[in-house]
Amino acid sequence: MIRVSVIESDFDAGAEIKNLSALGGGAVTSFVGQVRGDGTLDALELEHYPAMTEKALRKIADEALEKWDLHGITIIHRVGRLGVGEQIVLACTCSNHRQASIEACSYIMDQLKTVAPFWKKEIKQDGSESWVEERQSDLDAAKGWEN
Amino acid sequence: MTKEMPNQINIVYFSWVKERLGRDQELLELPEIVENVGQLVEHLQNCDPVYRDVFSDLKKLRFALDQGFVGLEASLRDAKELAIFPPVTGG
Repeated sequence: MIRVSVIESDFDAGAEIKNLSALGGGAVTSFVGQVRGDGTLDALELEHYPAMTEKALRKIADEALEKWDLHGITIIHRVGRLGVGEQIVLACTCSNHRQASIEACSYIMDQLKTVAPFWKKEIKQDGSESWVEERQSDLDAAKGWEN
Repeated sequence: MTKEMPNQINIVYFSWVKERLGRDQELLELPEIVENVGQLVEHLQNCDPVYRDVFSDLKKLRFALDQGFVGLEASLRDAKELAIFPPVTGG
């Protein structure tokens, strides 16, 4: 079972984990990404390409299903203005085995950062704004799964 | 079935590409000589200095045809929508 969702409102990570757990299996991994504060950041503005986003997330989930034996995958990504500490993204996987569940969740996040059409803009407390640039470490992490 | 070259294509922009161009999309009439993504970008660069400026470093741009990532060499045949944006930064 694959569920992908792009929303403005907050999500209940606990409820999502419970939903996947109900599929059985015994191994559930979840990752929640939040807006990281650095003392100067006020919020992130998350933009996306609506016509492409869910398609890209579904493709990542399909790839994970091919690589690992999973009962279910849930990917939720928020868009719009998100303050420091707010949840941005949830990746959750359910499998019979711990390793498959953990690896698939990690794979989904690594792919999401490099192929899902989202863009983050930082809005500082002093009102200045700047678009976040891609990080080489994210590209390397995604590439690491190719071997 | 032979693939047709479209007469026009919708171009959508995101992130700083959208901000610097001052628009989020536009419908472009395709000249006959334009057959792939790279030629379309070159055509835009020749049309207006604003495109020349925003598209000056192609390494900082990514392209998607009908919602799938492509390179500059990708053919525009049968394409309806081209998206031009910087590398993604979600997650």
